[in-house]
Amino acid sequence: MSEASATAAVQVTAAVQVTGVDKVFTAKRKPSVTALDSIDLTVAPGEFVSLIGPSGCGKSTLLRLIADLDTPSAGTLTVFGKTARQARIDQEYGIAFQQSGLLPWRTVAANIELPLELHGVNAAGRRKRSAELLALVGLGDFAESYPDQLSGGMQQRVAIARALAESPRLLLMDEPFGALDEMTRERMQTELVRITGETGAAVVFVTHSIPEAVFLSNRVVVMSPRPGRIRDILGITLPGTADRDEHLREDEAFFENVSRVRELLHGEAPVGIKGVENR
Amino acid sequence: MRTSAGTLRTVLAPVLLGVVALALWQLLVVAFDIKPFIVPGPLAIGTEFGDNIASVVAGALVTGGNALVGLVIGGVVGILFAVLAALARVVDELTAGIVAALAVVPIVALAPVLYTMFGAGAETARQLVAALAVFIPVYINTLRGLRQVRPVHRDLMHVYAASAWQTTRTVTVPGALPFIFTGLRIASSLAVISALIAEYFGGPVGGLGKSITSAASSSNYNLAWAYVLGAIIVGLVFYCVTLAIETFATRHYKPRT
Ligand SMILES: Nc1ncnc2c1ncn2[C@@H]1O[C@H](COP(=O)(O)OP(=O)(O)OP(=O)(O)O)[C@@H](O)[C@H]1O
Ligand SMILES: [Mg+2]
Repeated sequence: MSEASATAAVQVTAAVQVTGVDKVFTAKRKPSVTALDSIDLTVAPGEFVSLIGPSGCGKSTLLRLIADLDTPSAGTLTVFGKTARQARIDQEYGIAFQQSGLLPWRTVAANIELPLELHGVNAAGRRKRSAELLALVGLGDFAESYPDQLSGGMQQRVAIARALAESPRLLLMDEPFGALDEMTRERMQTELVRITGETGAAVVFVTHSIPEAVFLSNRVVVMSPRPGRIRDILGITLPGTADRDEHLREDEAFFENVSRVRELLHGEAPVGIKGVENR
Repeated sequence: MRTSAGTLRTVLAPVLLGVVALALWQLLVVAFDIKPFIVPGPLAIGTEFGDNIASVVAGALVTGGNALVGLVIGGVVGILFAVLAALARVVDELTAGIVAALAVVPIVALAPVLYTMFGAGAETARQLVAALAVFIPVYINTLRGLRQVRPVHRDLMHVYAASAWQTTRTVTVPGALPFIFTGLRIASSLAVISALIAEYFGGPVGGLGKSITSAASSSNYNLAWAYVLGAIIVGLVFYCVTLAIETFATRHYKPRT
């Protein structure tokens, strides 16, 4: 590819730019934990990047730093060219956690409208937006339901709709499908591909599932623990990346990518059969 | 329906037990010829209750009214102070000592002092005693609830750059609701008891407490017990109503999503 000159001419601001970031947790009377060690990562606008790695390698920590829920011990971190703090205040990103974190005393619609309400959008505007989002996540009939009346998968879809409420250019997701069964999970993945395709948002997605990372991502960041480092970044090359659908899961190229990620994760040749779940 | 069968059982079992206990009580009173000044039989109390129903209801309205005023005032003040204490550390530190002191004071013991302060002709002293008794459990429970904000909700509000007041209004207080209602439910019984006992120390006549003492002192034991029955009913009504409100208000809280 000869895009070097084009990139130089049009300096695109990265969605996320992480440069030399360390994160050390210090506690009284305890040895300090180096959760992240010299992390460099750039996420382009509209790009889908997954973070994968064994438990405790700092995936959530990195996401929380980007979200300004925590601050780096060293290094710099920008979101659309702004400091993480400024980006948070400007609501540049939407976020979804492993727990849906819905407010149980609010209806589904009111949960989705929460960020809009806090940021002064009027009632009519909120109603319109939540109706759009409910349709987008396929929950049009559940606007007036309460979270306890929904299944886990539906609650997670509401949380994703809430994250999309202010049309952010960046989505941060920490194992949003971690608590779901395999079937729901695959359906949610397909929906997420569709939604991010429609909204054009960049995504930083934390997961434990190799097939999930491969299915969703443009690039997969493989991390290793103690101290948390980026072992490698893998570009996912799949035919017809534009419309990833269920057929892709059967595709030979998909299995090849799954094997590549697995090799990187384990630091050795894969021993399992192609396509077998490893999470 | 499973629920109606369940309700039937939870209602029927205590009712049956109550009937059996009453029958046994009546039997013992008759069999051993127990004198009314020791304890009258349920039939005698029931008859007296029926004959004096107008006076019992009037007394219940006075005592219940005092308890209700106390519950509302003590509840509102308790919740308000707890919210302030959760927001500002200073308030918390200032009130912690006062609340600890109040918690060990037998509140009704203040009644005579309050009667002289507000005049023995007014109900104010009784309402204040009830309010003080209500304040403590409501304050303590509310504050505990306000401190139970789930980390995922706290993170969310931080992400939204919400102000302290926005966070309090949208997450902290609604999240504490089950705790607030538990406090109010405990307080509702305390309100009735306090308002009733406060009448023993003076103030205007008409309430159930005063009626019990005057009936007992004129050796009308059956009537005294009829008023006691009235007081029990008032206490039960307070408890059941607060329980019903609690159940309704927190009906969606069960699963932690
Ligand atoms: N608030 C904290 N205080 C102290 N140590 C922490 C804190 N948060 C994370 N850590 C430590 O940092 C390291 C990375 O944690 P992190 O939660 O980012 O891992 P993770 O990759 O998300 O793991 P998992 O896949 O299990 O979610 C762990 O060793 C953890 O113990
Ligand atoms: Mg994690």
